[in-house]
Amino acid sequence: MSADPVQVDKVSGQTTTGHEWDGIRELNTPLPRWWLWIFYATIAFAFVYWIFYPAWPLVGSFTPGILGHTNRAAVLQDIAFSQSVRKEMAAGLEKASLTQIEGDPKMLELALAQGKAAFGDNCTPCHGAGGQGQKGYPNLTAGRWLWGGTLDQIQTTISHGIRAPDDSDTHTSAMPAFGKDGILKAEEIRQVANYVRTLDGLGPEQGIDVAAGKKIFADNCVACHGEDGKGNIDMGSANLTTKVWLYGNDINDLIYTITNARNSTMPAWGRRLDPETIKSLAVYVHSLGGGK
Amino acid sequence: MTISAEEIYDDGPLYEAAKKVYPQKVSGTYRRLKWIVLWIAVGVYYILPFIRWDRGPNLPDQAVLADIAHSRFYFFFIQIWPQEVYYFTGLLILASLILFLSNALFGRVWCGYACPQTVWTDLYFWVERRIEGDRRERMKLDAAPWTADKIMKRAAKHAIWLLIALATGGAAMLYFVDAPTLMREFFTLRAPALAYIWAGILTFTTYALAGHMREQVCLYMCPWPRIQAALTDTDALNVAYRFDRGEPRMSVKDAARARAHDQAAGDCVDCLQCVAVCPTGVDIRNGPQLGCINCGLCIDACDAVMTKIKRPTRLIAYDNDENRERRMRGEANAFHPIRPRTIMYAALIVLTAGIMLYVLTTRSNSHLSVLHVRAPLYTQTAEGGIRNGYTLRFSNKLADPEDFTLEVSGIPRVTLSSVVAKPLSDGRSSVRVDPDSTLEVPVYVTTAPDVNLAASSTPLTFTVVDPKTGERNVVVDHFFGP
Repeated sequence: MSADPVQVDKVSGQTTTGHEWDGIRELNTPLPRWWLWIFYATIAFAFVYWIFYPAWPLVGSFTPGILGHTNRAAVLQDIAFSQSVRKEMAAGLEKASLTQIEGDPKMLELALAQGKAAFGDNCTPCHGAGGQGQKGYPNLTAGRWLWGGTLDQIQTTISHGIRAPDDSDTHTSAMPAFGKDGILKAEEIRQVANYVRTLDGLGPEQGIDVAAGKKIFADNCVACHGEDGKGNIDMGSANLTTKVWLYGNDINDLIYTITNARNSTMPAWGRRLDPETIKSLAVYVHSLGGGK
Repeated sequence: MTISAEEIYDDGPLYEAAKKVYPQKVSGTYRRLKWIVLWIAVGVYYILPFIRWDRGPNLPDQAVLADIAHSRFYFFFIQIWPQEVYYFTGLLILASLILFLSNALFGRVWCGYACPQTVWTDLYFWVERRIEGDRRERMKLDAAPWTADKIMKRAAKHAIWLLIALATGGAAMLYFVDAPTLMREFFTLRAPALAYIWAGILTFTTYALAGHMREQVCLYMCPWPRIQAALTDTDALNVAYRFDRGEPRMSVKDAARARAHDQAAGDCVDCLQCVAVCPTGVDIRNGPQLGCINCGLCIDACDAVMTKIKRPTRLIAYDNDENRERRMRGEANAFHPIRPRTIMYAALIVLTAGIMLYVLTTRSNSHLSVLHVRAPLYTQTAEGGIRNGYTLRFSNKLADPEDFTLEVSGIPRVTLSSVVAKPLSDGRSSVRVDPDSTLEVPVYVTTAPDVNLAASSTPLTFTVVDPKTGERNVVVDHFFGP
């Protein structure tokens, strides 16, 4: 190629690079000098970067750079900063009562936002992203509460949990395992389960003596669930007359519940979260539509 | 002419060294026009941030303000929120169309007169000329050894350049925060660090671009000359050397002799004044070219020479190919400002401006957006009704707190509950939104226990009214059930 004569373009007076396609020759148009300098400067910058920042991989580690910068430290610093900002903003929540928070638009906005975030971090695995719950984990949006749905009751439940082993103020109550402990026979359990379904307006199975079930209910269940089956939030006994069932209202689910008892648990969040967060959570959960 | 390949490949330069341009002082019509445009442009740049515009007690009173911290943009009566940034798209479309129209009429006049690169470079040339002298003195000074005099001149020039750069970069900050406050804080060293950092960056870019890069910006960095080359036509007026009149070039004496012998003689005396005054260092006699910014300084230079040698002026003029051909046919010059291209650009400008104006003047002061809560999609309540959750976001763009009324319709006997919205006696709810802000309002809509929904999804209408302004926002969403 070097033997080819290189021509000067007649129109522009520029030399060509010698590259030719179908008679068209490429003009030789070099970069301006300052452009080249900038290119060299970027190369020089790379060397500077290697010195100051983590750059080269080694066998088991990497060159750390003299600034000691790590992304993890930067993230932790950012988190610490946002926590300090949040702490400042939440200072008002610490002193105010839950009712005051709900009554003040600014504090309410903050509590809802903070509560939503804390709910997502801590409560969603069991209660669902929107508090809709799942089988065995209460729906917080339906207005049916085992331990009460007022602001204060929700706060207490979140702080101390339910049957939390590490909190002496936790909600405790235990439904007997009527079948497993031999209190009722299988036939009696089926009868009382059918009676309970009628409390919610559901029809009994064919050939079941519902009257017998009612008698069994009166003898064994009313102490906790009340004569009308409406439960008692002081002892966390379920209201059996609503459309909302924690473990389902299918007859087999009910029989299982009466036979084995459920007595599920919730952690005492007061031991894990700060009081402002608990307050925000209480306000948020109360706002989900089911609050009393 | 051929050069052997070795000569190019072995010794050819890797780069193109910039040829330093020493524009000579010139005076005339277009120079005067350039000064006028320069002072208007610089004046607007410095005065604009200090113009006040009353928007009420809760909003800034600066007429032009890009309030990054609160994510608002203010331009006199216009107030733009981040989600309305498409207004900028309209402004940009309008700006490009105006640029295209100006190009269809007068070529790259934007480059020659109004472009900040031109305006600030011109300002820097002026400083340079005052300190180091005109073209010849500057060339001599560049070649001279470093004497005390040269050091003094250079130091003074760069100091003043830097001062102008600082004033330019600093003034840019005035568009982002309250200008008088920043002025006070800036000079008492109490302004935020970011203001100094940005002022520093813009000081550097002004100094580098106007002081050192100059024509290199136009030649290598700017996309407009490339785009313009594709947009121009034979009717647009560009600075052009009328070679039909100028060629063949020869001295006054030679021309007199040639004409006496009935030989062709052009008016161009090859004095190179047009090249000497050119801020980008081009020779306009080579025809239209990328480096020409259409500023017309060569016209002034040539006119001065033509006047001196008593020949008609405008050997170099704002001209086009059309006219050259007409002259060669012996016809008079004609310029067609009104032609399909310019009519189309003008129509598009009117249309875009009209749409923008309509949209901006009818821009609502409130907004409602509704987002259905997805988890749970619906809830069966303990009482037996069906409940749906919605996240409403109210926007109040006014300077006063507004009390909006909220009403839900589409399904009989539904109740609306919310911790944020306060119920009114007539069944509607009231939501107070702070001035110039938005508010998220979680809302729950619950049917009466005995209502049977006909379908798993029923349209539900949210109506928000601002009783003070009468503005209504209606959003139709859906109510889900089993």
